[in-house]
Amino acid sequence: MSRYYVNKFLFTVDRDPELLRRYKEDPRALVTSWEQAIGPQLNSVEFSTVNGFTDAEREALINHDIVALFEMGAHFFLSLTIFIAIYDQDWTAKYGPLSFQRDFAKRLAHWEGRDYPPVGE
Amino acid sequence: MAKLAAVLATTHHPFYLKATTAPADQQIPEAPEWKRKVEAYRETLTRAEPEILVMVGADHFHQFFLDNYPQFLIGKAPRYDATFYNEEREFGIPKYVLEGHEDLSRFMHRGLLDRGFDFAFSDELKLDHSIICPIITTRPQADLPVVPIYTNIFAPPLPSPKRFWDLGRAIREIIDEYPSDKRIAAIGSGHLSLELGGPRQFRETGPDPEFDRQAIEWLSTGNIEAILANVTHESMARSGNATHGFMDLILMMGIAGPIKAVYADSLSLFHTMEAYITWYPEGATQ
Repeated sequence: MSRYYVNKFLFTVDRDPELLRRYKEDPRALVTSWEQAIGPQLNSVEFSTVNGFTDAEREALINHDIVALFEMGAHFFLSLTIFIAIYDQDWTAKYGPLSFQRDFAKRLAHWEGRDYPPVGE
Repeated sequence: MAKLAAVLATTHHPFYLKATTAPADQQIPEAPEWKRKVEAYRETLTRAEPEILVMVGADHFHQFFLDNYPQFLIGKAPRYDATFYNEEREFGIPKYVLEGHEDLSRFMHRGLLDRGFDFAFSDELKLDHSIICPIITTRPQADLPVVPIYTNIFAPPLPSPKRFWDLGRAIREIIDEYPSDKRIAAIGSGHLSLELGGPRQFRETGPDPEFDRQAIEWLSTGNIEAILANVTHESMARSGNATHGFMDLILMMGIAGPIKAVYADSLSLFHTMEAYITWYPEGATQ
């Protein structure tokens, strides 16, 4: 499990409007290109060879699978902010304010009262 | 020596500006009361007549990430930009440029190192909503030089609640020793019980209203013994996965000392409790 790399994906995509647009429109293509071009970057010159996704992580990111990402220990703030960016406007127009956020919570209801998966340490 | 004129501890709600500046017919029902409470709280800073602001906040993965995340960091720059793209996108927070106070930053950094707090530092820090929200609520003219201090309440493993208290005490000593006739106010923002990206998020109240009630009482009575006896990383996690932001409020009480607040107010919003606490250290003008 590469929790770090999953978080790096969420972090780098959330802060870049063009990547975010591509992640919304064609997540599989964006995840593939992120793995090739962005994930390994340390900066504009240096690259790292040490990280990679597991198949389950890649699929969770491609499928916008909020539950799987929570269970893998993706950081709660990164997960919330990126999926709000992708879904909130459409859900608000259809179902009203905060409808996406409340549905997001409902999908994780089975974790209430239990210790959450660790997001660090 | 400098004068510590006021210490303010507040929650930072990024939707305040948007909620209270929307056309009246589009505002949430709580907006007018929210605005009144914020303006009353702002007055507790205004009447202290501050000239420099020491601002405590926490980067929410805007500038810092898990490849290099500082436990504690001080800004030493002449100016600070805010806001990040994804905060403008999500919260509607505008851009700002705040003046820095390089001399106090350097004095503070040296003083912290001398007291055993091995701070990271940045000469090019961009501020996120943890500092800009309190500027919007308590000093909207954004006209005073700032010394920003970032803590890690977000990327485990985190420093302990006691460490945040001790850091507040150290900051207080350094402000008291700063050779200047300036009036300094310290403003810090954090959270009460809060859930983000989890099953308890965005309910009608925060995830643990009883913790919120207790926390406000502890802060307003200066009861650090009760806080340190009751608040742990585990207890905060039980109260909500982002409740660790309470440690920044503990830090602010550390700057004030274990004294009663002169002002304490709160507001229950749709998924969180807002808190507004002000201490005037002994001798400060009220």
